[in-house]
Amino acid sequence: MSDFTGNFWSVYVTVLTLVGIFACLLLLWITARKKVTPSADNTTGHVWDEDLREMNNPMPRWWMWLFVLTIIFALGYLVAYPGLGSYKGELGWTTHGEYTDEVEKANKELAPLYAQFTAKPAEALAGDPAAMAVGERLFMNNCAQCHGSDARGSKGFPNLADGDWLHGGAPVKLVETITQGRQGNMPPMAAAVGTPDDVKNVAHYVLSLSGSPHDSLRSQLGKAKFTACAACHGMDGKGNQALGAPNLTDDIWLHGWGEQAIVNMVNSGKVNVMPGQAGKLTEAQIHVLSAYVWGLSNKPATLATARP
Amino acid sequence: MQESPVRKIIPIVPEEEVSLYEAQKKLYPRSVTGLFARWRWVFVFLTQLVFYGLPWLEWGQRQAVLFDLGARRFYLFGVVLYPQDFIYLTGLLVISALSLFLFTAVAGRLWCGFTCPQTVYTEIFLWIERKVEGDRSARMRLDAEPASARKLLKKGTKHFLWVALSLWTGFTFVGYFTPIQTLWAEAFTLSFGPWEWFWVNFYAIATYGNAGFLREQVCKYMCPYARFQSAMFDRDTLIVSYDTARGEPRGARSRKADLSTLALGACVDCTLCVQVCPTGIDIRDGLQYECIGCAACVDVCDTVMDKMNYPRGLIRFSTQNAMAGQWSKPQLWRRVRRPRVLVYSAILLALCVGLLWSLLERTPLKVDVVRDRAALSRIVAGGKLENVYRLQIMNATEQSQRYRITASGLEGLALASESEVDIGPAESRWVPVRLQIGYGSAAPGSHAIEFNVGDIAGQSHVSEKSIFLVPR
Repeated sequence: MSDFTGNFWSVYVTVLTLVGIFACLLLLWITARKKVTPSADNTTGHVWDEDLREMNNPMPRWWMWLFVLTIIFALGYLVAYPGLGSYKGELGWTTHGEYTDEVEKANKELAPLYAQFTAKPAEALAGDPAAMAVGERLFMNNCAQCHGSDARGSKGFPNLADGDWLHGGAPVKLVETITQGRQGNMPPMAAAVGTPDDVKNVAHYVLSLSGSPHDSLRSQLGKAKFTACAACHGMDGKGNQALGAPNLTDDIWLHGWGEQAIVNMVNSGKVNVMPGQAGKLTEAQIHVLSAYVWGLSNKPATLATARP
Repeated sequence: MQESPVRKIIPIVPEEEVSLYEAQKKLYPRSVTGLFARWRWVFVFLTQLVFYGLPWLEWGQRQAVLFDLGARRFYLFGVVLYPQDFIYLTGLLVISALSLFLFTAVAGRLWCGFTCPQTVYTEIFLWIERKVEGDRSARMRLDAEPASARKLLKKGTKHFLWVALSLWTGFTFVGYFTPIQTLWAEAFTLSFGPWEWFWVNFYAIATYGNAGFLREQVCKYMCPYARFQSAMFDRDTLIVSYDTARGEPRGARSRKADLSTLALGACVDCTLCVQVCPTGIDIRDGLQYECIGCAACVDVCDTVMDKMNYPRGLIRFSTQNAMAGQWSKPQLWRRVRRPRVLVYSAILLALCVGLLWSLLERTPLKVDVVRDRAALSRIVAGGKLENVYRLQIMNATEQSQRYRITASGLEGLALASESEVDIGPAESRWVPVRLQIGYGSAAPGSHAIEFNVGDIAGQSHVSEKSIFLVPR
């Protein structure tokens, strides 16, 4: 660690840089002063392979001045910018500062555009093609990694275009979800439900709720055991958006369909996390995103195809 | 090119010491008239008419030639090119290089002597210099004079004209990247953007410095072409040659003297060929790497030969073989059709035809298929298996287009998303596309499929391959 806390390397780099520059200058100075006696045949006098002689083609003097210019530039640069060890440079330039400046500049340029967007409620914004084009790009860059570029998700990642919501689909709820993130928590319920056979029966009851193929005898036996589930999913199995408990009657299976998938879920439970985007996206961006996501399953759902 | 290392005997007293660096000796090329000088002016006008004129040309509602770096669209008359069309630039560069090889093999550095921007701008700057300060001797006298109001006025006028032309050149250059009409309007209020300011001035300074001051120094010390020309020359290459057999021994003589009675060759040693040379060499020493093949010495020597009533062509375009063998012109020209030249010509012709053909036959539509990274495949309602793709559809026309997307390659493969999309003029957009097959209708694994995208009118059509994944 002393490598980074001591100033040995800083001094080392500084000395090496300056010695290098001044050595170049010295070399230029010596060669510029040196006088030679040219040979009569205008060669350097070097002979190789018996008869190959090197012509004396001196470098133009103005070229030497270019070297001098690069040295002047280098010294000026080293004063202005960080280059000499840990010296920060007179201009105080940093890559981080440049990044911040660029972000600030871009935000400033986009501010009037986002001001137009935030002035409208999300429901109206969903009908604004310009806003939706921005929303689409925001979605592609920030959301599509999990929810898919068509927003229809995949196993474990909710479909945002089907009108089915775990935590509510109103724009204000969407803003909440995007800003703070969500944590879905299904505890392991096997002990509360009963024996492995009971769990299987409950699975068939759950399948019956959405009219999926099931064993009706097991389903009837499972109905009584479903009370353990009803605390969150409700007696009718329609879920509870306040808790993020999914609706079990709509034939939408975020974590897999079928007896085995349901048995696994009851036995092991599930924690599913959507990370909050508050530090990453601005409020205005989240507003546009909420309108875009809302527009995927609601009218005026003017999808991207309707752009002029 | 056979260079004798002893060709440049500089008459120096051996005791005299010189610096390791060579001071630039200012050249005062004398103006010259004649066949080749006229040709040079023809090329000066042709190239500069194109360079200065092209950005002002309109094509429909826009500039005919515009390289919009910000939007990454390159407009060439009726064609809109994307960065993906870089192959055309590559083709153009290969054609340029091959042309250079061909011209060099046939007649040496024609490019350097007649069309190279360095030569062309030097020619224009020299013309201005001559108009203001006079020809060679007048300029040399003026430079030797002590400072005076007259000298200041002449020098000032020259530099003012040079700077004005340089700035106009820089302005024109930027006009290829920023619409020149906008730039012209900005010029009056001096409201260029920072990069426009930079490039106008950078290009202007480069023009002013290169054509006004560096001149032959660029050809001698910077340009790589001079150094590899010897690899492209052969003994049948036409080069500016001094007819040593006819010219030597050189010497002054009366115009009335009868050449046959003198012990002299045709060269009257007037040194005009040295005075007109833009690189300051003596062509009578043989071919040198500094020679840019401008043929100014040919023109001026011919005028001297005319005055002496000698036949022209003491300095002329000829080949080493022709010089050595005393060939006649037809003999010399027959050697132009040698294999090297024919091969270069054939490749060049094939490339030109190929490039032109592919540009004309180009489909103004591009499609890239990217499989969605989030979902490999998924089972959706209705017992369907779904794969998601993103299609980047690039409209390379200047009208809005409605494209229809279809997919094929698997039994029952159907598009579940919108099958028609509208893309604006010269716009590129990512379009999510969902494909479905019946669950279980295809074996697990990866299946090759094909996307077909075409406009509704059926004018352009593109197929792109991809895969459809079926899980186990």
